[in-house]
Amino acid sequence: MASALINVPARAKRGEIIEIKTLISHAMETGYRRTQLGALIPRDIIRLFVCTYNGTEVFRAELHPAIAANPFIAFSTVATESGTLTFHWTGDNGFSMTESAAIVVG
Amino acid sequence: MNRRTSRREFLRTAGVGAAGLGLASVIAVEPARATPMAMQEAIRKMVGPARVDPGRVKLELPPLVENGNTVPLAVSVESPMTAADHVKALHLFTEKNPQPDVASFRFGPRAGRASVATRIRLADTQTVVAICELSDGSFWSASASVVVTLAACLEDA
Repeated sequence: MASALINVPARAKRGEIIEIKTLISHAMETGYRRTQLGALIPRDIIRLFVCTYNGTEVFRAELHPAIAANPFIAFSTVATESGTLTFHWTGDNGFSMTESAAIVVG
Repeated sequence: MNRRTSRREFLRTAGVGAAGLGLASVIAVEPARATPMAMQEAIRKMVGPARVDPGRVKLELPPLVENGNTVPLAVSVESPMTAADHVKALHLFTEKNPQPDVASFRFGPRAGRASVATRIRLADTQTVVAICELSDGSFWSASASVVVTLAACLEDA
C-alpha cells in the first residue's frame, strides 16, 4: 500500500501564504522500460493530484511518466480559514489515495 | 571513360556507405523518443493558436545532473495571484524524453503564489521548457538546458 507524507504548517495567520509539501510512495512505472527478456513493462503512474481546502480546489497537477518515482510536489496556498486540506492522488490501475491535514488559522 | 573505380572514389563511396549504415543502426537501436519538433507540437496542442513570449517564468534546474531519474525542478511566476490577474496553469515539456509532456499544474487565486517544486526524469542531455498561462490569456515561457550523465527511462528493469 502506498504511503504518503504531507507537510502542512499546523497553524497560520489569516491571509498568509503557506507552503505545502507532499510525497507519495509510487514506482511511477513509465511504460517505456523493458524486462531483460524484452517484454515491455506496462505503464503504471499517478496521473492526477488534487488539493482541496475545505472542499474548494486550490491546486491540481496532471502528471506524465516523466515525473520521478515517489512523486514529490510542493506548492502554496493562502490560509483563509481553519479547516482541512485534502490531498487526492489518482492513477493507472485504479490507484487512488486520499490524505488530509488539519490547519488552524487565527 | 575508364570504368575502373579509383582508390579515392572507392574510399569515398565506402565511407558514405559506412556512415549510412552507422546512422541506420543508431536509428534501429534508438527507442522511440520525442524530438524538439514533437515538443513544439505538444506545446502547440496545449497553447492553441496563442503566441508564446519568452519571460516572466522562472525555471530552476541544476545545469548538470548525475542521475536523470530524479532531477529537482522548481518553477515559479511572479504574479499578484488575484481573481483578476493570476496564473492559470504552468506546463512543463522536454525535448528528448520518450514523450514531451512532463506535467501540468493548475492554479487559481487561492494558490497565493504560482510556484511549484517537483522531481522529474530526464532521458538525455536536453532542454526543458516551462510555459505559463495567465488569466488574461497570454502565454510566457522559460527554458533551461540540463546535462545528464546517467539517463532515465530507458534502462532495463
